[in-house]
Amino acid sequence: MSKQRINWYKYAAPANFYPLAGRLIPLFAVPSAILFIAGIYVGFFVAPTDAVQGESYRILFIHVPAAWMGMFLYVLMAIYAGVGWAFNARLASMMATAISPTGAIFTFISLVTGSLWGRPAWGVWWVWDARLTSTLILLFLYIGFISLQSSIDDARRADRAGAVLALVGVVNVPIIYFSVQWWNSLHQGATITKNSFKMAPSMAAAMLILLGACWLYSIAVVLARVRHIIREREQEAPWLAEATV
Amino acid sequence: MGLIRYLATDKYAIYIWGSYGVTFLLLGAEVLMLLKRKRNLTRRHSPQVESRDTRFETSLQELQ
Repeated sequence: MSKQRINWYKYAAPANFYPLAGRLIPLFAVPSAILFIAGIYVGFFVAPTDAVQGESYRILFIHVPAAWMGMFLYVLMAIYAGVGWAFNARLASMMATAISPTGAIFTFISLVTGSLWGRPAWGVWWVWDARLTSTLILLFLYIGFISLQSSIDDARRADRAGAVLALVGVVNVPIIYFSVQWWNSLHQGATITKNSFKMAPSMAAAMLILLGACWLYSIAVVLARVRHIIREREQEAPWLAEATV
Repeated sequence: MGLIRYLATDKYAIYIWGSYGVTFLLLGAEVLMLLKRKRNLTRRHSPQVESRDTRFETSLQELQ
């Protein structure tokens, strides 16, 4: 059997990545929908009622994955923006642009669901706690990145300006993560760590299934958006006219 | 059936409904906006629209 090596650099060109992304979207979108249904089923019908928080703790099954996604996607966006800036790689910059709205949506969802959980659990909608405040700053960083890129007509200049903001803002991610250890916080500490799993297996399963669903959803949506960005930016390119849309 | 009764009657159920409602509303809206963007791009690059745009630009140039 001969081993054929895939030339990954080939897919750094928008012309080659565009059709590949189109083929990959259903491979992520369909499993994502299945995992969302499975996660909701496990979260609502398999996971037991919490002894302390009652039923309202089920909000955490979507709150925690959304919060993680907000942070993961920001780091990913900063890496792509940095690579696009350092190596003048157009596709990497387009990926950063494509990730930003999805990251902003997940961060917003984490803030709203956190607030909806905080009301029955803490008795307040919001506190200016380190974890909550740094997550709000993350949302502002996403909004700033999107606004900055939209305000500059030249796409390459917009990419470079966005990259600076994304790279400076990435320092906020470890602040969010470690905020509950560094400062006295109303927010609870990490439930799932490398060495411990402080929850029932069915509760952890619901959370991890929904995390998987959010990841697959994000990949599908980002691939779809980056295809639109490629079409908008490369509209004069002859290959685009030939590509199957 | 305890959970279903809870979701239908308890005063805190609104927070659970609200959380999942907001989540799926926003994710659904993102997908719809992407589909709309795709439709607009396809329409903008269709031959009929391009020829209409060219006609519009020609008539503008004639006016000037």
